[in-house]
Amino acid sequence: MKRRNPLLSGPYLIWTAAFIIIPLLMIVYYGLTDSTGAFTWSNVAQMGTPERMKALVLSLILSLFATAVCLIMAYPLALILTNMKVGATGFIVTIFIIPMWMNSLLRILAWQTLLERNGVINQILGFLHLPKLYLINTPYAIALGMIYDFLPFMLLPIYNALEKIDQNVVNAAYDLGANKFQTFWKVIFPLTIPGVISGITMVFVPALTTFVISDFLGGSKVLLIGNVIEQQFTQVGNWNVGSGLSLVLMIFILISMAVMQHYDNGDAEGIVL
Amino acid sequence: MSTKLIDLQHITKSFDGQMVLDDLNLYIRENEFLTLLGPSGCGKTTTLRILGGFETPDTGRVIFDGEDITGLAPNKRQLNTVFQKYALFTHMTIAENIAFGLRIRKKPESYIKDKISYALKLVNLDGYENRMPDSLSGGQQQRIAIARAIVNEPKVLLLDEPLGALDLKLRQDMQYELIRLKNELGITFIYVTHDQEEALTMSDTIVVMNQGYIQQIGTPEDIYNEPENAFVADFIGDSNILNGIMLQDKLVLMQGVKFACVDTGFGVNKPVDVVIRPEDLELTAVPADAEEDSEEYQRAVRRVTKFNHGFLTGTVSHLIFKGVHYEMEVQSGGFEWLVHSTRMFPVGTKVLMSVDPYNIQIMNKPASEDEEAVGVEDI
Amino acid sequence: MKKALSRIYLGFIFILLYAPIAVLILFSFNNSRTRAKWGGWTLKWYAEMFRNEAIMSALYNTLLVAVLSALISTLLGLLAAISLNSMNRRRRTVILSTINIPMLNAEIVTGISLMLLFIGLGQFLSRWGYAVEFGFGTVLIGHITFNLPYTVLSIMPKLRQVNISTYEAALDLGATRMFAFRKVVLPDIMSGILSGFMLAFTLSLDDFVITHFTKGPGFDTLSTKIYTEVRKGIKPEMYALSTLLFVSVLVLLMIFGRGKSKEPAVNKATH
Repeated sequence: MKRRNPLLSGPYLIWTAAFIIIPLLMIVYYGLTDSTGAFTWSNVAQMGTPERMKALVLSLILSLFATAVCLIMAYPLALILTNMKVGATGFIVTIFIIPMWMNSLLRILAWQTLLERNGVINQILGFLHLPKLYLINTPYAIALGMIYDFLPFMLLPIYNALEKIDQNVVNAAYDLGANKFQTFWKVIFPLTIPGVISGITMVFVPALTTFVISDFLGGSKVLLIGNVIEQQFTQVGNWNVGSGLSLVLMIFILISMAVMQHYDNGDAEGIVL
Repeated sequence: MSTKLIDLQHITKSFDGQMVLDDLNLYIRENEFLTLLGPSGCGKTTTLRILGGFETPDTGRVIFDGEDITGLAPNKRQLNTVFQKYALFTHMTIAENIAFGLRIRKKPESYIKDKISYALKLVNLDGYENRMPDSLSGGQQQRIAIARAIVNEPKVLLLDEPLGALDLKLRQDMQYELIRLKNELGITFIYVTHDQEEALTMSDTIVVMNQGYIQQIGTPEDIYNEPENAFVADFIGDSNILNGIMLQDKLVLMQGVKFACVDTGFGVNKPVDVVIRPEDLELTAVPADAEEDSEEYQRAVRRVTKFNHGFLTGTVSHLIFKGVHYEMEVQSGGFEWLVHSTRMFPVGTKVLMSVDPYNIQIMNKPASEDEEAVGVEDI
Repeated sequence: MKKALSRIYLGFIFILLYAPIAVLILFSFNNSRTRAKWGGWTLKWYAEMFRNEAIMSALYNTLLVAVLSALISTLLGLLAAISLNSMNRRRRTVILSTINIPMLNAEIVTGISLMLLFIGLGQFLSRWGYAVEFGFGTVLIGHITFNLPYTVLSIMPKLRQVNISTYEAALDLGATRMFAFRKVVLPDIMSGILSGFMLAFTLSLDDFVITHFTKGPGFDTLSTKIYTEVRKGIKPEMYALSTLLFVSVLVLLMIFGRGKSKEPAVNKATH
C-alpha cells in the first residue's frame, strides 16, 4: 500500500482543487475587484458603514457570548456524563445527539413558538402570576437559538477529551497529595484543553456566521453579519460587495482556525460527531 | 525488619457481587520489599488500591503506623503509588511532573529544584528536566514515574506491575535498578506482579494470592522450595504435580510405585498432591532393547535404587536445549513428566527416573472443589 | 446531594434540547392550519402530506441528494484516505487541511464560494453556447464537497489501525492487490466507511445553507422549502413529515445501535 497510485489520489485532488480552492479564490477575486474587473479595496471597505459595523459587532458579541455559555454549560455536563457508570454513557450521549435528527430549521422555528408574546414560556409565566417577558425578536432570543443549536458541538469534543483521560492519571494526582479542586485545575482541565479549543471553534464559527437563527428569532429587527452578506448575494445581487464583506468575515474565521491548528495535536477525530 | 508498619485486618471487598478479597489478613514490616504475586483477578491489585486509598474495603481495617487509615483519602496518605503504564501528566514537563507533589505541599522552589535534580540522578535521567513525557521511552517514563513518587519521601512505595509494559531485557535491568533504589532510599516497597521470576528476584517476602485468598506468605526460598499447596507449586516455577496416596509417614505411593519421602503427619492411606520440581528428577538411561531381566538393566536398577527409594520407567518424548540445561518430557504410565537436566537424553531413550526423598513435596488436597481445578491441569 | 444536583442539571439540559422537538411533534397533530391556536388532535396531516406535491418533490430531492452525495463522498473519501495513508506526514497534513476547509470554514462562505464558481463557470462556458444550470447537479456537488472531510476523517483512523502485515501476508500468499484489499483491508475499515456514510447522509439531509446558495429557482429540498415557507407560515404537513422522518431515524438508530452493541463481544472472543 506504500506504492503511490495516481488513480487513487487523482479524483479527490481534482475535486479539492475544483470545488474547494478555486471557489475560495473566486471570493478573493470578486472581493478585490469592481464590476469592470479592476483592483479595488472598496468592497472590503464597505464593511465600514455604521449599519454593517453594528451587525458585525453584534455578531461578535452574540457569538462570543453563546460560545462562553455553551462552554460553561457543556463542561459540567461532560463531567457528569463521564462519571456515569460505563455502559449507560453510550445511550446518554446518544440522547444528546438525537435532537440533531430533527430538521434544524424547524427546531429553531419551534423556539419562536416557545418565546413568542403568547408563547409557551410566557403562558407558563402567566400561570405562575409572573410578568411576561419580551423575548422574541431580541438579541437574547438569537443567543438562545445559538446556544441551543450548537451546544452538542461543544459537548462532544469535551466529552471525548474527558473520556480519554486515564483514570490512573487522575489517581496519580490524588496520590501525590492533590485534593479534588487541585486535581481538576492542574490535571483534568489542562488535559481537556484541546477538546475545549475544538469545541470553541466549532461553536464560534457557525454562531458568528449564521443568518438562519437571526432570521427566525430576530425577525427583521436584528441583523447579523451573516444576514448582511446573504442579502448582498440573494437580494441585492452585488457579488463584489458580498465577496468583500465575506473576506472580512473570513479573517475572523482564519484567526479561529489558526488558534485551533495551534492546539490540534494531529487528532481530528474529536471533530467528527 | 522489625515493627509492623502496615496491618491489613479482615479485609473483604467485592465488585458487583463478585468477591475479590475474602477476609484478607496481612502485615507489612518497615523497610521490607514485599511482593503480592498471583494470576490476574487474584485480588493483588485490589489490595494495593485499598492501600493507596483508591478503593474502600467492604469490611476490615487498614492500620498504618498504628493509625486506622481505612477511610482516609489518597491525598492524605503517607504512601505513593507507581501506576501501571506510568500515568504521567502528559501536559507537563518531566520537572513539572516530579515537582507536582512538592508544589501541592507548598515546598519552597529552591527545595523543589534540589529534589528534582536529586531524583533524576537517582533514576539515571540527569538533564531530562525540560523534556515532555511523550518524548521518552517506556523505560524512561517508568523511571520518571518512580522519581515523581519518591521525591515526596513516602514511607511506603506502592508499585502496580510497574515493569509490565517493558520488554524482557529492560525489565531485567529495571529489576536491579529497583533493588538498588530500595536499598538507597531505605523505605518499604509493596510490589504487585504476576511474574513469578520478578517476585523471586526482588522480594524479601512474597505473598502468593489466588481468587481473593492468600495462598502462602514466605521468603522467595520458602515459596520455591516448600510450596504449601499445589497452586503455589504450579504458579512458582515449573512443577510436576500428581495424585498420590500417603501410605504412612515417609512413604508415598504414586503411579503404583512406593517412594520414600520425608513428610510425616498426613495419616494413613490419605490421598495427597505430590510435587516434584523438574530439576529434582534424576534420569538413568537403559538400552532400549535391554530386557528387564538382563544384566545391564538390573545394573541400572541397582544404581538408582541404592537408597531403596523407588523409581519409574519411561521414554523421553521431547527434548529442547535451554542454554544452561536440557528440558525433556518423559512419558511414564500415562503421565508426562517435565525434567530439567544438564545431561542430554535423546528422544526415544528409555530411562529410569528417581528422586531424592528430600525433593518430594507432599501436600494436602485442597478442601473445596473449585480450588482443585485451578492450575493443576497441566500435569 | 451531588448526585441530585447532577440529575437536576441533566434534566434541565434534556428539557432545553427536547422542548422544541416536543412542540414540533405536537404541531403535527394540531387540527388547525396555523400554529397560533390549538384545534384539537388530528392525524389528517399525515395523510395529506402525501397529496402535497411540493412537499413530496422536496422530500424526493432531499433523499436523492443525500443518498447520492453520501455515496460519492464516501467513495471519494475512501480513495483519499487510502492515498493519504501512504503519504509522508508533511504532504498528508497539507492535503488533509485543504480537504478540511469546508468543515472548519463557515457554511455561508462555502456556499457563496460555490455559487460564485458556478456563475463564473457559466459565464466561461457561455462563449461556446453552454450554460450551468443551478439545481440538482450544483446542489449535489456542493453536498459532496461539504461531506468529504467527514468521510475522510471517519475512514482515516480505521485505516491507520489496519495491520499492514496482514495485507502483505495476503500478497505473499499470492493474492492480487485488489483481492488483498477487498478481503483483508476492507473488512477492517468497513465500520469507518459505514459511519462516514451515515454521517454524510445525515449532514446532507439536514443541510440548508449550502443548498440555499447552490440551488436554482424551482428546485427545493425540505430545508429550503421550510425557509421559504416561514414567512407565509409553515404548512402542517411539513411538521407531520419531519416528525415521521425523526421517528424513522430514531427507529433505525435503535436497530443500528442494537447491532452495534453486539460488536464488542465478538471482538473480545477473537482476541
